[in-house]
Amino acid sequence: MKPPVFDYAFVEHLDEVVELLAADGGEARLLAGGQSLIAMLNMRLIQPTLVVDISRLPDHDFITLKEGVVEIGCTVTQSDLQLWPGLAESLPLLKRALPWVGHRQTRNKGTVCGSIAHADPSAELPLCLAALNGEAVLYSSRGERVLAAHELQVGTLETACEPDEMIRALRFPRAVPGVGYGFGEVAYRHGDFAIVAIAVLASTEGVRIAVGGVSEKPEICEWPLMEDRFLNDALNDLAWKLGTTEDQHATAYYRRSLIRKLGRRVVGEALACVG
Amino acid sequence: MASESVTLWGRFLGRSIERVEDAALLTGRGRFGDDLPVRADTLHAAFLRSPHAHADLGVIDVSDALAMKGVEAVVTGEDAKAHTKPFVAGLKQPIKHYCVAVERVRYVGEPVAIVVAKDRYIAEDALEKIHVTYQPLSAVVDVEKSITSAAPVLHEAVGSNLLSDRTFIYGAPDEAFLDSDHRVNITVRYPRNSCTPIECFVVVAEYDPAKGGYDVLANFQGPFTLHSVMALALGVPANRLRLRTPPDSGGSFGVKQAVFPYVVAMALASRLVCRPVKWVEDRLEHLLAANAATGRVTRIEAAVNNEGEIIAFDIDQLEDCGAYLRAPEPASLYRMHGNLSGAYKLRHIRVRNRVALTNTVPSGLNRGFGGPQLYYAIERLMDRIAVRLRMDPIELRKRNFVLAEQFPYRCPAGALLDSGDYQRSVDLAVTDGKWQELLRRRNQARAEGRLYGIGCAAVVESSMSNMGYITTVLDAEERARVGPKNGALTIVTVTLDPLGSVSVVIDSLPQGQGHQTAIAQVIAEVLGILPEEVAIESGFDSGVAGWSIAAGNYSSRFAPAVAGTAYLAASRLRDRLSRLACQHLNVATEKLEFADGKIFSSDNPANSVPFRRIAGSSHWSPGTLPEGLEPVVRETATWTPPQLEAPDASDRINGATAYGFIFDFCGVEVDRVTHHIRIDHYVTMHDAGRRINPALLDGQIRGAFAHGIGAALFERFRYDDDGQFLSGTFADYLVPTACEVPDPIILHTESPSPFTPLGTKGAGEGQSMSTPVCIANAVADALGVDDIELPLTPDRVAALMSDDEPSFRSAGAK
Amino acid sequence: MRRLNAGQRHLVQFDLNGKLVSEESEPRLLLSDFLRGVLGSTGSHVGCEHGVCGACTVRLNGRAVRSCLTLAVQANGERVETVEGLARDGVLSPLQQAFRRHHALQCGFCTPGILMSLAELLDADTDVNEKSVRELLSGHLCRCTGYGNIVRAALDVFAEVSATEPAPDA
Repeated sequence: MKPPVFDYAFVEHLDEVVELLAADGGEARLLAGGQSLIAMLNMRLIQPTLVVDISRLPDHDFITLKEGVVEIGCTVTQSDLQLWPGLAESLPLLKRALPWVGHRQTRNKGTVCGSIAHADPSAELPLCLAALNGEAVLYSSRGERVLAAHELQVGTLETACEPDEMIRALRFPRAVPGVGYGFGEVAYRHGDFAIVAIAVLASTEGVRIAVGGVSEKPEICEWPLMEDRFLNDALNDLAWKLGTTEDQHATAYYRRSLIRKLGRRVVGEALACVG
Repeated sequence: MASESVTLWGRFLGRSIERVEDAALLTGRGRFGDDLPVRADTLHAAFLRSPHAHADLGVIDVSDALAMKGVEAVVTGEDAKAHTKPFVAGLKQPIKHYCVAVERVRYVGEPVAIVVAKDRYIAEDALEKIHVTYQPLSAVVDVEKSITSAAPVLHEAVGSNLLSDRTFIYGAPDEAFLDSDHRVNITVRYPRNSCTPIECFVVVAEYDPAKGGYDVLANFQGPFTLHSVMALALGVPANRLRLRTPPDSGGSFGVKQAVFPYVVAMALASRLVCRPVKWVEDRLEHLLAANAATGRVTRIEAAVNNEGEIIAFDIDQLEDCGAYLRAPEPASLYRMHGNLSGAYKLRHIRVRNRVALTNTVPSGLNRGFGGPQLYYAIERLMDRIAVRLRMDPIELRKRNFVLAEQFPYRCPAGALLDSGDYQRSVDLAVTDGKWQELLRRRNQARAEGRLYGIGCAAVVESSMSNMGYITTVLDAEERARVGPKNGALTIVTVTLDPLGSVSVVIDSLPQGQGHQTAIAQVIAEVLGILPEEVAIESGFDSGVAGWSIAAGNYSSRFAPAVAGTAYLAASRLRDRLSRLACQHLNVATEKLEFADGKIFSSDNPANSVPFRRIAGSSHWSPGTLPEGLEPVVRETATWTPPQLEAPDASDRINGATAYGFIFDFCGVEVDRVTHHIRIDHYVTMHDAGRRINPALLDGQIRGAFAHGIGAALFERFRYDDDGQFLSGTFADYLVPTACEVPDPIILHTESPSPFTPLGTKGAGEGQSMSTPVCIANAVADALGVDDIELPLTPDRVAALMSDDEPSFRSAGAK
Repeated sequence: MRRLNAGQRHLVQFDLNGKLVSEESEPRLLLSDFLRGVLGSTGSHVGCEHGVCGACTVRLNGRAVRSCLTLAVQANGERVETVEGLARDGVLSPLQQAFRRHHALQCGFCTPGILMSLAELLDADTDVNEKSVRELLSGHLCRCTGYGNIVRAALDVFAEVSATEPAPDA
C-alpha cells in the first residue's frame, strides 16, 4: 500500500495552481487535506503524474460572512469550520452534520472544499451543500465561474469541474429566520460513511429534503407542508423511488426503511426548529 | 465488581499490579517486528496476488518487472515447486499447498509471485509490470454448495471438496431420542470472520548458504507444531530453521499462526537472492489473504424430557476451511470435540463432522478457535428448548448443568472437566448482575412499544490444549499407524546470574497479554524478591530457548501451562537455594523463608542473608558447595499434565487441561427507526480458577468481549458468488470502535483447577465464545424470531422485521 | 512554487518533538514511512494505510492527524509531535501514567496513536466527557482492550488536569 510515483508541487499562489492544472492535461491532482486522495494513492486507485499541494495556499483559510452568504476558502479544514464561532448561528445544518464527517483525526486535515470536490455520494458535506442550495466558486486560468451544488456534482466521485479547474471556495447561504434545519444519518459505526443521510430545511411553507447515500448524488425534494399521513406517503414514495440499490453495505429494503423512518424523524426535528 | 473478593494467595499473586511492559510501550520504545533494525543489504518483498477465486495459471511474464531499476528477483510458483515442498496438514490428502501458487489459484488473494526489490515502494511498482494469464474456472464460496456434485472441485487429486466425513457415537443416542418426550432442533450458520490484529504480519528471512539453513524473524505466535511444518516445507532439519520473534507483537488472537506460509515464502526468496528479505504485510493483504475463522453450518437436535432434562444431542457440523487445509486445521472442528456437551450433563451424543473446502481464504486460529461456532449452536438450541418447553432459560440451563459434586467430571466425548460450580456461579450472576432488573426493564420497554430482549449463554472455556486432540479426526487404525499424539509440554527456565538477579525464559510468545508481568509475579512470590527485579526475556529464539511443539500463545495456555511451569521451576530453584542458605544461616531448610529480598529463619528473622548473595554464590564459589549439590545457577522445568491422553479406541478425547466457566446475560434494545442494536446491560460471570493478576484477566475478558461484539454485530468476510472479496478494507470489514463496545459488568468466581500447578485456568477466549450467542439470544427474544444469523448488522435486523413494508404508491398518496 | 520531481529525493525539514530534523524524501514517501524508516522514530505504528485504524496518528501543528495520509514533503517546515515526545526527562506524562494505572493498553501497538489524539483533546478541549472521549476514540481501532480502560484513563487524567488548572475566572 505505497503510492505510485508522482511529481509534487508546493504552491504559494492561486495562479500557480491553475497554471499547473492547465499544463498537465488532466493528469494532475490537487492535494488539500488528502484524506481521500492519499488513501486512493496508497491503494493505487489513481496514478497522477503530478500532485499539487494547495493545503497551505496563502489567503484561502477564510470563513467570511457577508450578504447572507458564508464563504469558505479551499484550505479551511472541517475542524476549522467546526471551531468557527459563527457556525451555530449561521450554518446550523453544518453544525449538526460536521460531527458525522469521518473522525476528528480526519476532520483535522480534511478540507470542506476537498470533500465537495471528492463528491462521494454518501458524504455529508455535499449533501449539506445541496440541501442549502449552495455554490462552488471554480477557478481556472480561464477565469472564475460559479456553479450551484446541483450543477456541480454530477455523479459518483464526479463533478462538473473541468480538469484545469479547482474549487477555490464554497458559498453556503446563511440560516434564515423562520427556517428549521434537521440532519440525521445512519451509519453502522460512528464515523462511517452514511448508509442513508438526510438533511431537511423546514418552514411554514413546506419542507426541502435532501437524501444522501442512496444514489450517485444527493437527491432533493420539495414538498408543501402536509398532514402526517401524507408526509408518510410522500416519504414512502421517495423511498421506493430512491431506495433501489443493494450493495455490500446494505440491502435496498433497509435503505427504503431508513428513508421512511429516518426521514420522518429528521423532518420532525426541522419542523420543531422553525422559529 | 467482583462478586467474590480476589484470593490474595501471596504478596504478589492475586494482585492487580501495574504491568512491567507498559513503560516502554507508552513511550514509543516498543520493539515490534517492523521497528527492529535489519542488515544493510536487506531487500523488501511485495506479493502479486490472484484476482480470481479459481483459475488455472498460464504464463507469468516477469521480464518487464525484472528490468526495473531496484528489482532483484521475482519469485513464482516454479521456484516454490523447485525448492520447497507442499505444507503438511492435520489430514493426509493429496493437496499440494505451496507458499506461492503452483499451476492453479484457488482464492482471491492467493500469492502468485513475489517481487524482491530495494524497497517496498519499488517492489509495489514492479507488481504492476508482471503479466499473468489466467484461465478462470467457476468458483464455489458456499460450503453447503461446495459438497454437492455440481460444485467445481478445488483439488482434482482429492476428487471432491469434502475432505473428511466422520461420525462419532458416545453413549446410546438413538435409544435416547426414541425415548425422549421432545425433540428440538435448530440449524445455524456461523459466518467467517477474523480477529485482525492492528499489527499485520512481519517476516525477515536470511539464508545462510554455508550452513544450508535459515534465520527468520517473524511475529509468529505458535503453536510450534508449525515449526515442523515450516522446516519440512523448506526441506531442512529443524535446527536449520532458527525462528526468532520480536520482543513485542501487536496483537494476534490466534491470527499470527497464519504467518507460517510467509516464513517459508521469505526463506525461499532469501535463498534465491542470497540476501535477507523482509516483508511487512499491509492491511489489504491481511484482510484478503491472511486467515479467517472457519465458517460452520450446524444442525443440532436435542432429546429432552418433560422436565426439561436434556438426554442427548445429535449434531451435524459442516466446516468451511477455505481453499486449502492449512495446519493445524481441521483443528477448529476438533478442539471442542471432547466437550461437545458444553456445560451440561447429558450422556449421549451422535456427531457427524465434515470438513470441506471453498474458494475462500484458508482458515486458521482465531480467538475462541472452534468455540464460537460450537456454542452458537448449543446455546441457540438451549433457548429454543426453553421457548418450546415454556421454561425460564436460566432454570433450563441450571437443571442440566454438571453438578458441583461431580467434578472432576468425564464428559461422554472424553473431556475431563476439572472443577467448577456452575449453579453457584449462575446464582451469583443473577443476583449481582441484576437479572430481575432486566426483566423489569423488558416489561416496561414492551409496555411502551419498544423492542427489548434478554439473552443468556453458558460456556465451558477449555484451555491448554492436548496436542493430540487433532488426531481425533483420524480413525483408530490411522492413529495407530501414526503413533499416539498427546500432552502439552511446557518448558520454563529460570537463571541466576553472578550478582544474584533472576532471569526467566518462557515458551509463550506474548502479544500484549502481560505475560512478563504475570511471570514476574510468580517468580517474585516464590523467591521473595520484587516483580520489577525479575527479567523476562520477551523475544523468543528457537535457537536458544527450550521449546517443544506446544510452545506458543494459543488455546489460552499461558496461565495453566506457562505460569504453572514457571512456578515449578522457581520452586525447585528455591529448594536448591535453601540448601545453600541453610548452611550459611545454620538453620534447617524447612525453617527458611524467602521474602523482602532476603532469606531468613522463620524463628528468628534477624538471622538473614540477602537473596542475591546466595543466588549469585554458585558462580563465585562452586568449589565449596554442600556435598551432592550441583551449582545452583539455572533450573529448567518441563511439565505436561498427565490428564492429556491420546484419543482412546472409542474416540474419546480430553482436549484440554483446564475448563473455565462463563455465564453471560444481557438486555438489548432494537431501534425501530435505525434497527441498530443497543446493548443496554451486559453481564459476564467468569470462573477461570485462581487469578494471578485480576486486572490482566479482566483485560482479557474485555478484549474477548469486544471481539464477541464484533462477531455479533459487524464482522463478516463477504464474497460474491464469483468469489470476489467484498470486505477488503477497514471501511468494509467493520471492527467495532469505542462507540460500539459497551462496558461489560464483570463478575468472578474462583474454582481452582486441581490439575495445574497454580490452580489457574486459561482465559481470554471465553467471551468470544459466549458473547455472540448471548446477543443473538437477546435479539431473538426482542424480535420473537427463531432464526438469527450473525453478524446482526442493521440491514439484516431490518430484514428480520420486513413483513410490514408499505408498497409503492400506498393508499392515501396524492 | 517548489516542484519536486518524482523518483528524486528532496530535503525535508521539520520540528519533531522540539528538535529540527532534516532528511531527504521522495515526493511519494508517506510521513509514516519517513518517521519510521528514515528518521528511525518507530514509536508511531502503521496499521492500515488508509486512514481508518489510527495507529499512525501524530500531531501536526498541534492537531492529531493520520501520518499515513500525509506525505513527508507536506510536513516540511511544520511541527510534528509523536509519542516519543510525550514523556519529559524520563517521566511519563499524566496521560501515560493514567494509561498504566488503568491497564489501558495490552499489546501497545495502537496506543501511540491513541495517546496523540487524547493529547490534543487534553490541550484543546474544555468540555470532556465519556461521550466526547468515545467519539474521539472512534477514530482508532484497538483489538485488545475493548476500550473501556482507555476511556477511564482519559477521563481520569482529564479530571486530574482540570483540577490543577486555575479556574477560568481566577
